[in-house]
Amino acid sequence: MSSYHLDHLAYLETEAIHIMREVAAEFERPSIMFSGGKDSICLLRLAEKAFRPSDLPMPLLNVDTGHHFPELNEFRDRRAKELNAKLIVRKVEDAIQSGIAVAAPGEISRNKLQIPTLLAAIEEFQFDCAIGGARRDEEKARAKERFFSFRDSFGQWDPKNQRPEIWNLYNARVNPGEHMRVFPLSNWTEMDVWEYIKQEQLEVPNIYFSHKRNCVRRAGQWLPVNDIVPPKNGEEVKELVVRVRTIGDIISTGMVESPAVSHDDIIAEIAAARVTERGSRADDKASEAAMEDRKKQGYF
Amino acid sequence: MPAAKSVPIEILRFNTCGSVDDGKSTLIGRLLYDSKSIMEDQMEALERSADITGGGEINLANLTDGLRAEREQGITIDVAYRYFATPRRKFIIADTPGHVQYTRNMVTGASTANLAIVLVDARHGVIEQSRRHTYISALLGIPHIVIAVNKMDLVDWSEDRFNEIRAEFESFIPRLNVLHDVKFVPISALNGDNVVDRSDKTPWYQGPTLLGHLETVHIASDWNMSTFRMPVQWVNRPLNPRDQELHDFRGFSGQIAGGIVKKGDPVMVLPSGLKSHVKDIWTYDGSREEAFCPQSVTITLEDEIDISRGDMLVGMEDLPGVENELHGKVCWMNQRPLTAGKKFFLKHGTQTVQAIVTSLEYKVNISTFDHEPAPSELSVNDIGEVRIKTSKPIPHDGYTQNRLTGAFVLIEPGSNQTVAAGMLGTPANAFNPEFTDYTI
Repeated sequence: MSSYHLDHLAYLETEAIHIMREVAAEFERPSIMFSGGKDSICLLRLAEKAFRPSDLPMPLLNVDTGHHFPELNEFRDRRAKELNAKLIVRKVEDAIQSGIAVAAPGEISRNKLQIPTLLAAIEEFQFDCAIGGARRDEEKARAKERFFSFRDSFGQWDPKNQRPEIWNLYNARVNPGEHMRVFPLSNWTEMDVWEYIKQEQLEVPNIYFSHKRNCVRRAGQWLPVNDIVPPKNGEEVKELVVRVRTIGDIISTGMVESPAVSHDDIIAEIAAARVTERGSRADDKASEAAMEDRKKQGYF
Repeated sequence: MPAAKSVPIEILRFNTCGSVDDGKSTLIGRLLYDSKSIMEDQMEALERSADITGGGEINLANLTDGLRAEREQGITIDVAYRYFATPRRKFIIADTPGHVQYTRNMVTGASTANLAIVLVDARHGVIEQSRRHTYISALLGIPHIVIAVNKMDLVDWSEDRFNEIRAEFESFIPRLNVLHDVKFVPISALNGDNVVDRSDKTPWYQGPTLLGHLETVHIASDWNMSTFRMPVQWVNRPLNPRDQELHDFRGFSGQIAGGIVKKGDPVMVLPSGLKSHVKDIWTYDGSREEAFCPQSVTITLEDEIDISRGDMLVGMEDLPGVENELHGKVCWMNQRPLTAGKKFFLKHGTQTVQAIVTSLEYKVNISTFDHEPAPSELSVNDIGEVRIKTSKPIPHDGYTQNRLTGAFVLIEPGSNQTVAAGMLGTPANAFNPEFTDYTI
């Protein structure tokens, strides 16, 4: 070993491993939110690095909106199995059936309905902590988020009254009924995530790479055509070579035209990108404070 | 361009200190803008809000003011983190607001920073705030300080004025005896002079631009590499290992908080004083011959000894103090003031113990650096020297020797609020292993 330097990925990795181990040690019933998306794929590798050779000391949790890309769910289930991890899936559909989640009149999106579904799952399993893959560079409300982000007994985030977070001394204390959301990737950027995926040779769902897909143009975005998003009258269906940059629900995730077929292609594409990752998410464009409002209610 | 891995890219964390009028947001906006880190949709959002609320004027502060209340009131509530990169380095900016709660927020941002930028207005020179910012940067042990003398355009790019301000700083900096690396840069954040690109208006200035300095300042030595310390975070014992070799695996997982450890090194467990040797440095990516601060590893030992979370593995030389009576400076962060006799949880390294603040020794006037002895209380944003008694002996170093093993926080029972950031003084005595030899 030539010098005692850590490059940026090694620095971000050791910071995240430290946080994961703090969670395992400080909480009674923690969990990891795993969607199968690129950020949570990194979380699972970090969990392996934190806890091997032991099994992961916490289950994986996913809220299935019923509007997921099928490729994502297939990947999610397979990855959990490969890691010998327990996977808990709670469905928005079931939450609607049982009255836990109620859609507003005419509301098709399942985005907001994830919130009561997630909070019900946290209550059902009495999770006192849920690790998530959110990053501060994604969105400006997230830029104010702590690594250890406290949620009251209603699951609410109070941005004006956050605990100061000093050095690496995380305050993990919660009272019964309250919980913590923990974000080990807080300091990672979209570029860091892809560089890490490349370095670690992590498999990602194939929709991140370019493929042919039928799309329609709606509100400035290319939306994938499927049973939930059928083309409307007068809309022209086009077969394009596209990929996803960020994965939300199939009804709101814009496909980006891209020839990227490898990790290196994606890294080059991000380096040259002139719009942010969330520029292709309709759920964030609703208003300038769309993310803040959802987070206050208990969103991821 | 695919990231070439030939030169490792390091992360530099810095915070910016200055009030609204010093041009702090403008400087951050300038760094992001000139390094092409502002994206088109962010620019569009800025232009949209400029049309609605700003009379068409784009406000770079809106990039960092992420919360609704902040935009409505035109203030910054909390520490915001921003990210940008150049081909040479990646940067994490802790952007802390410059008014109420200032000390608390600045301490938070400064605790993890390699470098602080202290902004001063060239017209006003050193004001009370400049002294506070410099004091807090020194107290938190930030290894590198840059004094950015801003708005040089408004003093006609006067070298004399720049030197005057420099002399003012140099008159009090020696009183802050931990500051070693202090640089002065004349800039105009508004016009971008000497921020990213060299200015043709300062031929008398030979030093680097602000970004040039951020890209090249030597930070690899910012971590303590001299004495091995590792607080044990988590004991790694596989429950049902499929691999027979793992049946007896008992690893101690943690992030190295100081120094270097090698396979075969003798180590001591504190506070027990038990000794052993490093059998293996286990990581997911394979066994290592050595590991260093701040890597996260799992260490196995030659002997079966009782070790649990909160214990500290240390090298045999330069032992830390192990005491239950501590002293140090705290920055008080809660609206309810601190008085002697109050009980808290104290988190240090990986352990949380009960603690009582037994006395308030003095309060620091952070504008004059004078000590006001025996205060009756410390209010929010006050900094003072206190004595603390803990329910268990704490293995620790002085904060000036090691920022990780010399730091603690106080947590208020019941509310669970983090109410103080603490920096321990140098321990009176190093741990004396003679006293504990009989326990082996």
